[in-house]
Amino acid sequence: MKTLNRRDFGVAVAAAILLPVTTARADETNMEVHIDNFVFQPPELKIKVGTTVTWTNRDDIPHTVVSAGKFRSKTLDTDDKFTFTFTNAGDYKYFCSLHPHMTGMIKVE
Amino acid sequence: MSGHDHGEDGVSRRKVLECMTWAGTGVLWTITGGVPRSLGIIDSAQAATAATPGMTFLQISDSHVGFDKPANPNALGTLEEAVNKINAMPVKPSFMIHTGDITHLSKASEFDNADRIISQSKLDVHYVPGEHDFLDEEVKFYRERYGRGTKGAGWYSFDAGGVHFVGLVNVVDLKGGGLGNLGAEQLAWLEDDLRGKSKSTPIVLFAHIPLWTVYPEWGWGTEDGGRALEYVKGFGSVTVLNGHIHQVMQKVEGNVTFHTARSTAFPQPAPGAAPSPGPMKVEDAKLRSMLGVASINFKQNEQRLAIIDTPLQG
Repeated sequence: MKTLNRRDFGVAVAAAILLPVTTARADETNMEVHIDNFVFQPPELKIKVGTTVTWTNRDDIPHTVVSAGKFRSKTLDTDDKFTFTFTNAGDYKYFCSLHPHMTGMIKVE
Repeated sequence: MSGHDHGEDGVSRRKVLECMTWAGTGVLWTITGGVPRSLGIIDSAQAATAATPGMTFLQISDSHVGFDKPANPNALGTLEEAVNKINAMPVKPSFMIHTGDITHLSKASEFDNADRIISQSKLDVHYVPGEHDFLDEEVKFYRERYGRGTKGAGWYSFDAGGVHFVGLVNVVDLKGGGLGNLGAEQLAWLEDDLRGKSKSTPIVLFAHIPLWTVYPEWGWGTEDGGRALEYVKGFGSVTVLNGHIHQVMQKVEGNVTFHTARSTAFPQPAPGAAPSPGPMKVEDAKLRSMLGVASINFKQNEQRLAIIDTPLQG
């Protein structure tokens, strides 16, 4: 994740107002998903092709990020991150393979 | 076991989950007419004087060796306390089952530490894996240690004291949006394993995630657990032992008693009582009253079964 420059900071603040507080939006090509309380936040993310998404596990319990046939993280312990760059448009449903009731969606346009 | 499975006598007896007093300070649970009732705390003096015939085995669960977060910075230490508790029991249990999440992150060192402590009980231990035991890259540490002689991802059965035990694995091949999973191969094996068994044989099924639906919103259940329960329907005495939810929960449905054991590492909240099922931080003074082990007793010829949940303290 790049450090925010002044212009992007404005975007981030605006985004922070519009999106759930757990979502940090650094710039157009880097997006974040946080895992808090066994929930992917935001549960659905719309991005452009070429965007890199970083998941961060903020729980005391390990989680994974798995989209069948598309991507699969290692086990993420507390504060571990997983990054994936989406190079193709489409809907990417994903889940935690340890706690499969945890699901999320990345929509790539 | 005498054939009580269809007689009136058998039904009434099966509904009685007699409390046993032998295992140190513990909460006794009794089931009469299908309603669980806590009999409260017994003191160790009373427990020590009560002689219990029949076979007794122990269940420990969710030791999460390697866990060091605020809910319990020393999960290995509380596992050791549990083993000390077991060693101090007045009657030596026949063996022990561990219903998974031996380790927190499936590290070789965590498995080694767990084994070093658990082996101090000098009991045979029959393991089933939890989802935390299959996290290493090659998914080999659990299998190398505990997978010998098992089928598939680690399921197996054995007989002890006239009781048929089946260890099941419901933590692999989990599907997005779903619950625990046994899978077609394991279910076919289970059906075959039970075929030809006398219906009066007491059956114990044990697995990590509850085989019954406790709270699907937190994934506390097994997608195809109902299929496994179909196969044991005709048996006179069925006991289903699970872990995963880090708290005691019990219910009785017909001939089937469902029971979950405490963790030896950290408690989790009651279903829906917190934003997530994650580790629950309690006051230090309270922690050991929420951790513990379970002992299960079968009396021959009576089809009576008793489960005592013993906290580490309190």
